[in-house]
Amino acid sequence: MTDPTREHGAPPLDRGTVSTEEPPQTTQLTTPAPGGRRRAVAVRVAAVVAIAVVALGLAYWRTGNEVVVTQAVLTGLMIGGVYGLVAMGLTLIFGVLDIVNFAHGAFLAVALYITVEMVGRFGAHPYLALLVSVPLMFLLGAAVQRFILSGAMGKPLENQLLITLGLALLIDNGLLLFYGPNPQSARLPNDTGINVFGAVVTVGRLLAFAVALVLAGLLYLLLQRTRLGTAIRAVAANDSGAQMVGIDTRRIYMATFAIGTACAGAAGVLVAPLVTIEPTTGELFNIVAFVVVVLGGMGNVVGALVGGLLIGLTEQLGALYLPGQSPLLSVFIVFVLVLFLRPQGLFGRAA
Amino acid sequence: MSTAVQSSEEPRALPRPPWGRHLAAVAVLAVLLALLPLVLAPAQQAVAVRVLIFALLALGWNIMSGFGGMFSFGHAAYFGIGAYVSVWLLVERGVSPWIGMLAGMVAAALFAALIGFLALRYRLKGAYFALSTFAFAEMLRLLATNSDLVNRAVGYNVPLRGESSWAFIQFEPGAAEYLWIALALTVAALVVTIVFLRSRLGRFTVAVRDDEDAAAALGIPVMRTKLLTIMLSAAITSVAGTFYVQYYFFVDPDVAFGSSVSIQAILPAVIGGVATIWGPVIGAAILGPLNDLTATLLRDPPPGLEFLQGRAGLDVMVYAVLLILIVLLLPQGVYGAIRERWERR
Repeated sequence: MTDPTREHGAPPLDRGTVSTEEPPQTTQLTTPAPGGRRRAVAVRVAAVVAIAVVALGLAYWRTGNEVVVTQAVLTGLMIGGVYGLVAMGLTLIFGVLDIVNFAHGAFLAVALYITVEMVGRFGAHPYLALLVSVPLMFLLGAAVQRFILSGAMGKPLENQLLITLGLALLIDNGLLLFYGPNPQSARLPNDTGINVFGAVVTVGRLLAFAVALVLAGLLYLLLQRTRLGTAIRAVAANDSGAQMVGIDTRRIYMATFAIGTACAGAAGVLVAPLVTIEPTTGELFNIVAFVVVVLGGMGNVVGALVGGLLIGLTEQLGALYLPGQSPLLSVFIVFVLVLFLRPQGLFGRAA
Repeated sequence: MSTAVQSSEEPRALPRPPWGRHLAAVAVLAVLLALLPLVLAPAQQAVAVRVLIFALLALGWNIMSGFGGMFSFGHAAYFGIGAYVSVWLLVERGVSPWIGMLAGMVAAALFAALIGFLALRYRLKGAYFALSTFAFAEMLRLLATNSDLVNRAVGYNVPLRGESSWAFIQFEPGAAEYLWIALALTVAALVVTIVFLRSRLGRFTVAVRDDEDAAAALGIPVMRTKLLTIMLSAAITSVAGTFYVQYYFFVDPDVAFGSSVSIQAILPAVIGGVATIWGPVIGAAILGPLNDLTATLLRDPPPGLEFLQGRAGLDVMVYAVLLILIVLLLPQGVYGAIRERWERR
């Protein structure tokens, strides 16, 4: 208790060195970038754009049909926004709690079934399920962190990985037990297509994309502009330091896990009209979210959103490059390349 | 003087773990289990074979991830290679599964060396390493699902021969021979584990796991040690794949390369005790009967739980709860905890 006050009374020179040392530690969670770093980011953004242009050119050369390519790009970006939202939650949890959360997709699956129930029982519009799913998943996330994961904080990485894996198995198979393996659906009422440059985008996809972006923006504002967000970023940067200045780190761990889980809850509702809903659907999103998180840099929230869009594109364009193969294959190829060549992610610094 | 000469003749940088007791225990266990077909009903014998397959899978995983400390979340890759190589040779070329087993071991070890080299060359650690192993297993699953060479998503059925044959590992359903073969393979894997731990490679592996920099400074070839360990691990797990196909007569990409296989390689080791000789076997002996129990419960639920009739998923839920409880309360696993209590007395 006396330590923080003593810290305040420390000579100004000491505090000066602390504050200059801080920026290098806050690599995670998008802090305002110093000038040199900004240029490095610009170079990388340019590189990503260049790769995207080459990829589009190749896709056009491969198919010789611009409508097919436009369609792939649009579909990829639309679903990529949702991937980004899922991955933002996952990367936030990693950045703050240092947990590789295998249960993230399972939480998303719960949200899918909440949507099914809302539509099936009450005939509600699928997106009204957001009002139920987000708070519910927030509470579930808080409870899981408080009662299960808190016991493994600070233990070896494998322990947390195994616990979240156990949670994922428990939730997925619980859904299987109660709902059975048959696919369910939660279609949007009168979902029409809109013509964009000759390609067709359904209102459902457009809505999912737009709402995902809005929620991602809200999350960003929460992290950057509120006291809670500042505390979360402080814990991510240096948890013992945060504790020293009076932040209740245990509460922040719980809040972060809850917010991350709520992201999965929101994303689950948004994609519910677009996918066939099975107990294993969440697993697929979990895999993709891992790829996105690594691509964006583990712990980097904005990177996760950009990574989501890129992986959405990869999936769709990959289907054009490798016809007859699963779209996931190209996602994994990109994943492995990123792991090997830039394990700190496209927007992270070398460790 | 003489002591100095002696010590230079026998450089013992690392203590050799005692192995006599372990080998004796393996021998006793082998004899006892070989007598099982005399007392077990066919259904129980099927459970015993399942336990042995679990144990074989996990013994392989434990070499790399327990003793080697390199957490693999993709052992389905090696199980699947063992299954697919042997069944492809059998169905397309008529080659005996025994030879297929050897070919599968070689193929799995080579694949493991390749991805292990890449992962280690690029210095992947912790979560990144685990995710890369997972990615490679999933890539194999997707490739097998869409490849005409291995029948796409359909997979293979093992052709029935209509007669018992040791050469083709095919007997009457429920025959004691299946249990004996599974037992022999598991015992072999156990002996390999014990010998491995006592060997130079095994002691290097443990040293590298405990402190890589110190091990490298002592002149241990870190990369070669890790790669050989990964290859050994993959070869053992591939044997489980080969036997699985011969025993269940069927394989498809999900059965062989699905992430549930990787999980089934991890579970017995974690529940029994990671980085212990007996942990994977004990874990398998817990999981196998549990699996049977939940299956019976779903087939024939007790009063009050009728809604469970014919449903799926309960078995994995039970595993999952067990996994979480063990990791939280008994992180050394059942065998690890018992051993510690024993040594403290």
